[in-house]
Amino acid sequence: MRNQRDWLAAELERRGVTRREFMGFCAAMASALALPDAAAAQIARAIQKTEKPVLVWLEFQDCAGNTESFLRASRPTAAEVILDTLSIDYHETIMAAAGHQAEANLARTVKERPGGYIAVVEGSIPTGANGAYCTIGGRSALDIAREVCGQAMATIAIGTCASFGGIPAAGPNPTGALGVSAAVPGVKNLINLSACPANVENLTALLVHFLTFKRWPDLDHYRRPLFAYGKSIHDGCERRAHYDAGQYVEEWGDAGHRAGYCLYKMGCKGPVAFQNCPHIKWNGGTNWPIGCGHPCIGCSEPNFWDTMTPFYQHLPGVPGFGAASNIDTIGLIAVTGVGAAFAGHGLIQIMKRVGEDAEPVTPKTEEGGQQ
Amino acid sequence: MSRVIVDPVTRIEGHLRIEAEVDGGVVKDAWSSSTMFRGIELILKGRDPRDAWAFAQRICGVCTTVHAIASIRAVENAIGSAPPPNVRLLRNLIIGAQCVQDHVVHFYHLHALDWVDIVSALSADPAKTSSLAQSISDWPLSSPTYFAGVRDRVKAFVERGQLGPFANAYWGHPAYRLPPEANLMAVAHYLEALDWQREFIKLHAVLGGKNPHLQSFLVGGMSTPIDPNSQSALNAGTIAELKQLVARARDFVVRVYIPDLLAIAGFYKDWAGHGKGVGNYLAYGEYPDDDTASPALFIPGGIIRGRDISKTETFDAAKVTEYISHSWYDYQQGDAVSLHPFKGETSPNYTGPTPPYERLDTDKKYSWLKSPRYADEPMEVGPLARMLVAYVSGQPRVKELVDGVLKALNVGPEALFSTLGRVAARGIETQLLAEKMDAWVDGLAANMEAGDFRIHDTSKWDPSSWPAEAMGAGFHEAPRGALAHWVNIGNGLIQNYQCVVPSTWNAGPRDAKGRRGPYEEALIGTPVADAERPIEILRTVHSFDPCMACGVHVVDARGRQITDVRVS
Ligand code: SF4
Repeated sequence: MRNQRDWLAAELERRGVTRREFMGFCAAMASALALPDAAAAQIARAIQKTEKPVLVWLEFQDCAGNTESFLRASRPTAAEVILDTLSIDYHETIMAAAGHQAEANLARTVKERPGGYIAVVEGSIPTGANGAYCTIGGRSALDIAREVCGQAMATIAIGTCASFGGIPAAGPNPTGALGVSAAVPGVKNLINLSACPANVENLTALLVHFLTFKRWPDLDHYRRPLFAYGKSIHDGCERRAHYDAGQYVEEWGDAGHRAGYCLYKMGCKGPVAFQNCPHIKWNGGTNWPIGCGHPCIGCSEPNFWDTMTPFYQHLPGVPGFGAASNIDTIGLIAVTGVGAAFAGHGLIQIMKRVGEDAEPVTPKTEEGGQQ
Repeated sequence: MSRVIVDPVTRIEGHLRIEAEVDGGVVKDAWSSSTMFRGIELILKGRDPRDAWAFAQRICGVCTTVHAIASIRAVENAIGSAPPPNVRLLRNLIIGAQCVQDHVVHFYHLHALDWVDIVSALSADPAKTSSLAQSISDWPLSSPTYFAGVRDRVKAFVERGQLGPFANAYWGHPAYRLPPEANLMAVAHYLEALDWQREFIKLHAVLGGKNPHLQSFLVGGMSTPIDPNSQSALNAGTIAELKQLVARARDFVVRVYIPDLLAIAGFYKDWAGHGKGVGNYLAYGEYPDDDTASPALFIPGGIIRGRDISKTETFDAAKVTEYISHSWYDYQQGDAVSLHPFKGETSPNYTGPTPPYERLDTDKKYSWLKSPRYADEPMEVGPLARMLVAYVSGQPRVKELVDGVLKALNVGPEALFSTLGRVAARGIETQLLAEKMDAWVDGLAANMEAGDFRIHDTSKWDPSSWPAEAMGAGFHEAPRGALAHWVNIGNGLIQNYQCVVPSTWNAGPRDAKGRRGPYEEALIGTPVADAERPIEILRTVHSFDPCMACGVHVVDARGRQITDVRVS
């Protein structure tokens, strides 16, 4: 823990990041976090003074997609700095150590810094077969999560699997997979960064917020940060004018598709999916799925593998979606509506699952939250 | 005899555990176990086959395109969909980019630390590193100042006292053989490659909306419209962007990756004598060159048996079957049979020890992977299999590149059947593809110019156009090897879905006849100088580029099983 003060300032200098660029980054973060302009200075002050934060990154029933997303951090330069210069004490995909030496790294962090590290969880946690559906070093994912998240200062469930169970929990959920909040109730300062995978820019902004204010930003009722999940895809979509004008793609590659018409009729779930994709896009702002002519599949929403499928069947025509709508009403309408539309595809089972799983992700059953 | 357990095997995708019997400093026997199961095949049952690619894609977030491609091809094969020519080019570009990016990331970020000692790099003389770098490549980032900067940055990092992901590794292990200067060069390129992959993979965002988990696939085509007059479609600007991304990627591969690979391999030539494996190689082939029903392939498919490189056999899809005799599944007909994927069953039945456990019962069932066999024999898949089959088939550029590498290392073709051979084959394939991608971009540009904007076979989109019952298979060469999905469709919904993936071929456990899988076989005879730090096991396992989503574990953290370790 020596030479910790101002590590970021020194790191920035070493990497040739100018003060101006750094302030630009802080301003961008303030904007991403929907904070007033004045917050940029506060962010700059705080993250230059902060200690190098320790992170342990656990992978359970995952595909490493969030890890890959994390490795793609590319904008702005200072964001890379922040991510690169976290102390990532444990991360199976990138760490040099293996076997018991790797496990020793994790054990040391938990033992030496109880309450002093951030746990990131990727992948769902299976509860079937006594935990044998996912073991690491002979221990079950549930056992590891209880210990590591239980003693973390905060836990980030990254991706929809860790947030809500994701694809392993899709019907019939063969392994009894759950998200972190449901598998390990009571985890302190838990935040869900859902999406399949989560966008690294949101992780950056989230960490910047935490380093600056020592607490998570405001959350929605799924414990997702409002700065990233406060508005629907539809509200920010570049094709929205076509939606409002009734101009829809009817067939893949038709004139409307080539002209960038709305993808609603091809199955777009943008109206019921909450995330800032249209604003920040992907891979350094290069593109996003709707920019590639493909409908949104609603990957940020709980149970989307069941409630948003079939992906290419359009949403029932529910009027009144718009900037003023909020997720509580829309989500309910959408789930009910989609369920009814797919009555032939196991509606009862899906509705039952939605009802069961909705409970544990609400914040009221958890302690902590925003401090 | 002592049992060495590596769990987790890190720097891979997925959860993998290796148990090995070590005697006299050599691995005498080995067991490979995948310790995670999600059941995506079961989750796919009863769903719309047009959605399957998105589910299957989540099997892996590293090779984020490969299961989508295999799934789409399987469904298209079943329903008789015929995508137009642009789709072949778009998919070839996406597949090629996946392979090039993945191989480079594997070399530098997942494998290099088995050969490169970061701590040793701190004592390097930047001037000497500079002359070394300049002697092997004209890559511009090679001045003494540059390398001094990298060394100082790593030094500052080490001195800060938080080694993060580099803590507690095998630094200083006698099996590391590079001089400090070569280590420093490799560390610099580890960092450069991290930046490189972020930039290059923007190609996937351009053609797929995002990476990981691209979202422009469709059964029957692609969702990316083509129209030179639209800002919402692939246009002339996109072509220019693609050309630039491909050119920069090629530059890095040819001027950094390949020279590094040859330089590092030069210090580890004895690894051409380790990690032999089962000696049978299987490749489906990839990169269709035309739009006929059975197109010519840029990288040919075929089978090589018993390391006989005088000929290849033609692949026959009917000969693929899977055993579960040592896997935590049940078959209705019992454990001794093997089933073709069209008749495949996925019925999980865990019979191993209740976690937390110290040891698996390796005499019984010990893995979540099945044991695929071709004509009842184990097969190695991956870059080595592909390059061997292409070499023996006489693919001209592969022949040229393989012979060039063998000459540079001054070894014969038999050296390819090894840990080092796998690493070399991966590099050769990367160069081959990095050179080829430009032609696919040109193909797209030519179609665009000729006014062919088609991206989808819409005639087969509506399920009412499908037969009531249909079966299909989709074959693909993923970076890690031969991948196939098998789908049975009835009344427009998926009735059965089976995936036989590269890591199942390579990492699968023993079959009903007790024959080892390729990882297990390749580990036999591997030297282990220090059973507490079995870097040699990692070298051979990593040479396959395991893709399980995180894991081979040697030795448990609590309750050491190793006793009486004789270090020779
Ligand atoms: S329906 Fe989809 S494509 Fe259309 S405007 Fe809304 S989000 Fe955009």
